[in-house]
Amino acid sequence: MALLEVEGLEAQYGWTKVLHGIRFEVEDGGITTILGANGAGKTTTLRAVCGMVRTAGEIRFDGRRLAGRATEDIVRLGIAHVPEGRGTFMQLTVEENLRLGAYARREKGALAGALTRVYDYFPVLGERRRQIAGSLSGGEQQMLAVGRALMLRPRLLLLDEPSLGLAPLVVREIFRIVRAINREERVGVLLVEQNAATALDLADHAYLLETGRVVMSGPSADLRRDDAIRRAYLGY
Amino acid sequence: MEIFLQQVVSGLATGGIYGSLALALVMIYQATDVVNYAQGEMAMFSTYLAWTMINAGLPYWAAFVATLAIAFVGGLVIERVVIRPVENAPILTIVIVCIGLLVILNSLAGWIYSYIQKPFPSPFPETPIVIGTVVFGAHDLGAIGVTLVVLVFLYVFFRYTMLGLAMRAAAQNPSSSRLCGIRVGWMLAVGWGLAALVGAVAGMMVAPIVFLDPNMMGGILIYAFASATLGGFTSPGGAVLGGLIVGVVENLVGTYVRFIGTELKLTVALTMILVVLVVKPSGLFGRAVVHRV
Ligand SMILES: Nc1ncnc2c1ncn2[C@@H]1O[C@H](COP(=O)(O)OP(=O)(O)O)[C@@H](O)[C@H]1O
Ligand SMILES: [Mg+2]
Repeated sequence: MALLEVEGLEAQYGWTKVLHGIRFEVEDGGITTILGANGAGKTTTLRAVCGMVRTAGEIRFDGRRLAGRATEDIVRLGIAHVPEGRGTFMQLTVEENLRLGAYARREKGALAGALTRVYDYFPVLGERRRQIAGSLSGGEQQMLAVGRALMLRPRLLLLDEPSLGLAPLVVREIFRIVRAINREERVGVLLVEQNAATALDLADHAYLLETGRVVMSGPSADLRRDDAIRRAYLGY
Repeated sequence: MEIFLQQVVSGLATGGIYGSLALALVMIYQATDVVNYAQGEMAMFSTYLAWTMINAGLPYWAAFVATLAIAFVGGLVIERVVIRPVENAPILTIVIVCIGLLVILNSLAGWIYSYIQKPFPSPFPETPIVIGTVVFGAHDLGAIGVTLVVLVFLYVFFRYTMLGLAMRAAAQNPSSSRLCGIRVGWMLAVGWGLAALVGAVAGMMVAPIVFLDPNMMGGILIYAFASATLGGFTSPGGAVLGGLIVGVVENLVGTYVRFIGTELKLTVALTMILVVLVVKPSGLFGRAVVHRV
């Protein structure tokens, strides 16, 4: 059984339907990527998993149905979402942002351990722990967003275009850490990206989304070899 | 010099009260973008409850603590029951709901307790406290002390507790907060509860000075607006400091500018609101914000 199973997922804003029955999976400890152009419905897909938009269809996490649950409760099941635009609490300090990531955890002493772990992955956040998050660079804010998600000790990490607007070097660093997190802690990852080349390198499975429909799917290696994908998304 | 010092201290006492009420306004404003016009009447009603309990024979401080608890729960319930249903409505709707709440609380208090002024006890001795050659009102000093305790409590709560942090987060970025597992609606309700609690303290501290009647907070609320505007509606610390400045300036102007005296003091507050709005709309310590209307 996959960690996340989605079937016939539809989502709409008001009267406008933007997802038309899509199907995808994330294996336990696996990395799945959903690729697609701007406006394809990638963000909406992640928001649907977290109960942030009106949906129809089946979403199962670890065998449990998510439809109809509040976002706050879905988070408590172990799903951490790094949203589009990073969702930084700009006027709070770096460490306060991270502490909020562990808000849903109630175990005693979880906080200190989780903070140390995040600072190990992202030393720069440790150096800037007392700084106001709004003063960080774009790359540092993306690290903070991933760090905040890690504080939950999630079983599934949802990443919404973490590479957007960042220098290639910074993107590589962030993806390297995502891979490390995935390997060391067996955290499943669902990554949505426009940056197909980088995403296909990281993921084991890939889906291609076009205007709310999955038009192609398979192991990342297969998609990377596909001529249509190469021309449209990889640019060679 | 003695008169000057006395006026400053009594200005700090009333200023602390204005500042507390301003802080209550700012807490709600920051979390929900709502200016709670009923804040003063909520405080007035709480003060009547305290008066009822004290009259029933409860010791002052027991009634004080019980009032804070009731005010907190009352604020929380008002948010859940009255504000929540209109939380996504246009801002004007919310304003009207708040004004409706103001009128209801005011009439309810008048109906239950009548509009006749009642004396409200101070927990502090009547004999003034003499330091050197300067005579200070014990209630003034006591009110300053109580206000300080409340402010320190709030500071510690917001700065060092997880719940306080979650409330600040919910005010800044609701959708991100939900993704952290924070129940944003409840945070707003707790914010209303705390604001009501702070307002109740202000009410109980000001009632011995202005006497208790259903309209007692009307003028105070205007001072609170002046304080919040001066400090900046986006800065809790600024609101408190604004209150202290308004309180002291009001007293000094009333003392030293002959034609203003006590009758025109409220004009001083209104003038300060106007000047700040013209010169620096975001207040002394506030940030400029782009706003939904
Ligand atoms: N809040 C919203 N209200 C209405 N339409 C929206 C909203 N958010 C996104 N959409 C529309 O839904 C479609 C999918 O958007 P989105 O999921 O953000 O795409 P992507 O993340 O792939 O760029 C787009 O056509 C977009 O215009
Ligand atoms: Mg998007």
